[in-house]
Amino acid sequence: MNLDELELIARSVRQENAAYDYELNVCMDLACASQGAEMLREALIATGDTSGKKVLVRRTGCMGPCSSGPMVRVDPDDTLYGHVHADHAEKILSSLGNEPVAVLQCDLNEHFDKQVRVVLENAGHIDPEKIDDYIARDGYKALLTALTEMTPNGVVHRITESGLRGRGGGGYPTGLKWGTVAKAGGDVKYIVCNGDEGDPGAFMDRSVMEGDPHRIIEGMAIAGYAVGASKGFMYVRAEYPVAVARLTTALREARRRGLLGSNLCGTTFNFDVEIRLGAGAFVCGEETALIASIEGKRGTPKPRPPYPAVSGLWGKPTLINNVETFANIAPIVRNGGKWFANMGSERSKGTKVFALTGKIANTGLVEVPMGIKLREIIEVIGGGVPNGHTFKAVQTGGPSGGCIPAEMLDLGVSYDALLKVGSIMGSGGMIVMDDTSCMVNVARFFVEFCMTESCGKCIPCRAGTAQMYKLLTRICDGSGTMDDLSLLEELCVTVKETSLCGLGMTAPNPVLSTLKYFRNEYVDHIVHKRCTAGVCNIKAPAEVLA
Amino acid sequence: MSENVEVKTLVIDGQEASARRGQTILEVARENNINIPTLCHLEGLSDVGACRLCLVEIAGSNKLLPACVATVSEGMEVSTNTERLAKHRRTILELLFAERNHICSVCVANGHCELQSLGQSQGLTHVRLPYRNPELTVDASHERFTLDHNRCILCTRCVRVCAEIEGAHVWDVMGRGINSMVITDLNDDWGNSSCTRCGKCVQVCPTGALFDKSQIGSEHPKHPDFLPYLNLMREAQ
Amino acid sequence: MTTFTPPPLPSDDKRWKIVNGTMRKNGFARHALIETLHTVQSSFGYLDDDSIRFVARSLRVPLSQAYGVATFYHYFSLKPPGEHTMTICTGTACYIKGADKLLAESEMKLGVALGQTTADGKVSLMTARCVGACSRAPVVLCDGKVSGEMSREQLIEQLERWTVE
Repeated sequence: MNLDELELIARSVRQENAAYDYELNVCMDLACASQGAEMLREALIATGDTSGKKVLVRRTGCMGPCSSGPMVRVDPDDTLYGHVHADHAEKILSSLGNEPVAVLQCDLNEHFDKQVRVVLENAGHIDPEKIDDYIARDGYKALLTALTEMTPNGVVHRITESGLRGRGGGGYPTGLKWGTVAKAGGDVKYIVCNGDEGDPGAFMDRSVMEGDPHRIIEGMAIAGYAVGASKGFMYVRAEYPVAVARLTTALREARRRGLLGSNLCGTTFNFDVEIRLGAGAFVCGEETALIASIEGKRGTPKPRPPYPAVSGLWGKPTLINNVETFANIAPIVRNGGKWFANMGSERSKGTKVFALTGKIANTGLVEVPMGIKLREIIEVIGGGVPNGHTFKAVQTGGPSGGCIPAEMLDLGVSYDALLKVGSIMGSGGMIVMDDTSCMVNVARFFVEFCMTESCGKCIPCRAGTAQMYKLLTRICDGSGTMDDLSLLEELCVTVKETSLCGLGMTAPNPVLSTLKYFRNEYVDHIVHKRCTAGVCNIKAPAEVLA
Repeated sequence: MSENVEVKTLVIDGQEASARRGQTILEVARENNINIPTLCHLEGLSDVGACRLCLVEIAGSNKLLPACVATVSEGMEVSTNTERLAKHRRTILELLFAERNHICSVCVANGHCELQSLGQSQGLTHVRLPYRNPELTVDASHERFTLDHNRCILCTRCVRVCAEIEGAHVWDVMGRGINSMVITDLNDDWGNSSCTRCGKCVQVCPTGALFDKSQIGSEHPKHPDFLPYLNLMREAQ
Repeated sequence: MTTFTPPPLPSDDKRWKIVNGTMRKNGFARHALIETLHTVQSSFGYLDDDSIRFVARSLRVPLSQAYGVATFYHYFSLKPPGEHTMTICTGTACYIKGADKLLAESEMKLGVALGQTTADGKVSLMTARCVGACSRAPVVLCDGKVSGEMSREQLIEQLERWTVE
């Protein structure tokens, strides 16, 4: 496979598509699929066959606004329909060439206007099981360009220039990481893609793996060329069976097209990828734990240094990036580092995909330029808090993150800004809470999560999270004292400062951030035996009321 | 350039010290008679950096480093005994005492338990955290030894000595987090496991979790100091 | 040097051949432990001592290490599942939208605690740490099939359908 052959494939796909008058793109992502998108697609195909119109019905990945699903987009008109069901098929087909079906149309202009799509550029436009669909949208062009026109060093330089930082949560500069692995000695190196999206309330990586799997494979192959690795591992959660199936198909297709394997594009570069299944351990998002898991062991982290870039999988230099990071690579190589660096804020470049969920009107996946205000994401893109309730907090960064209150909604989203207010960027979960959420209970929820996900190796995390949970439970059920609260705060500091890995070090964040912004709710529970949100089941007698 | 020098000089608790490249902070500190508390570390076994008692402060960094695995670097200024560290160490010990059922007065290891003596040396006077009081079992199925989960602190010395020195790997840890447990084979009774009965695990256990049935009541039942000797003899062969 | 002979298949159940296939594909390398346990679970529905022992012996992994791995990862189950499985997602978005109430409701309805199977072997009650369908929270999986925006009534109805079946 070379660039000319790639262009031939792309051209023939475009020609094939041009033979159709209309394209009906049906979102088949989990949220839409759970509401009958498959039946809808079958109905559209059946109706299309008898309509006399030349209609292409395409299965696509996530289009974004999940709360309006199942979704259908009609091209070339770019008409977006929401809440579509199988019995709407005839109406849609007969409207083609006439006025669109008004009752099904979604007004999501505001929702989309603020978004910039880099990682999700193909979402809703390609069939994830068809490699040629991906190729028709410039797929694998970056890989072949890198192989034939750039040096490995040049690729690293371009990634460095882009300012891309790791999208898994930590925000480590990607170019720097690549450069370190490239410089590490030894003939055998590995590329690992972290697809163990364990952060509850986040599904960006799932959507990319399911909706645009080749984008990740291409990113990994480019990384392999840049750092001198010929083998990659894709570590995917077993809870994502569709992602595993799509990636398996994609790898097979890529091999068939000669885009993985030996002597790619007639060069001496070899690269292939193997899938490894996670098995339900949040801690395996931590690099050294992930490596242990790929090696078939318990996913317990190890003290660093040595860093995986020097001594990783089977002791070899290993580059680990997460799904979204790899998904950014091909467009950066294609469009240049400067193009990417022009988007975003001073120290956080590019875009970020967020999974917007919770008490918000438009739930779903959004991709925004870094630096955008939280308020714009929540009020404009997300459509605000529904059902007459008021906004209380937005939680970012999952169990390692924090809750950000209403006063801070004008904060621009960047790695540093979120850190400053006691949260983190994390992998991109963004959960909106309203006045029916109790912040003490939320803190307890996250601590319970960290307690059950703690690997148990180091004492502060293993026993510390269990004690934090115990103290928070006391406070939630009304039996806590102010002494318990100060003990809790003290414990938070020790767990944060002394734990072995990131899970333990960040486990206190949800407690610390809620204590910082919603301390009154803790005091309410302890002193007034009252949960204003009405969530906690306070057992203490009512006469304690002040 | 300085990274390639074979000998490093550093300062530990205000005391100048020299070290070979690759030595851990703990090794250098002990060579200089500076005591850093440890629990999961045992000379002769690989280090896991799990108990966090040996954390030390490094000037210019807010991050605490485990002395047992962190290696020295040129010009490093290490503090091993600050108020911040002392507080963390007491809290960690408190967490251990509250995690399972450590009742020194009725423990076979009373008087020669590393957890107990650390509690004393670190000035832990009382435990403020709520005791978890988990219901745990005692496995007395082995003809010579007993395993009492109530006293286990999951330091994994037994796991490491069995795998690394004896080469049998009969011990490991099952479950995770607060529910972790040391096991033999498929969580079988110790007496019915593939145990070689060498007793090394009992010798290295810092508490009364593993003990020799015949030694109950004796003054000093454990001798973990055989490990460096064993390793030395192996290297010599 | 002692030569290694892999243990014989535990029985002539064809599923052992599938398990063996996974190990063969990985050259009986130790690092194939988790992959192989996945195959055991997808073939037999759960892991029991015999299967862990067989896999451990075949891959030359110490028994305790294999058991440690099998119990570390929550995806692996050491108990046979019921005829049907109700999995309640307890991710953050689902929690915010009342997954804890769905769980309590199910426990009451089935008379079993989380992680258990009803005495008649009909229904197992499990939780999942986020299945990634957060935008349709609260989410449950009925025998692996995702159902979003689950109400208390719908859940009870489904459980009743299974228990009287």
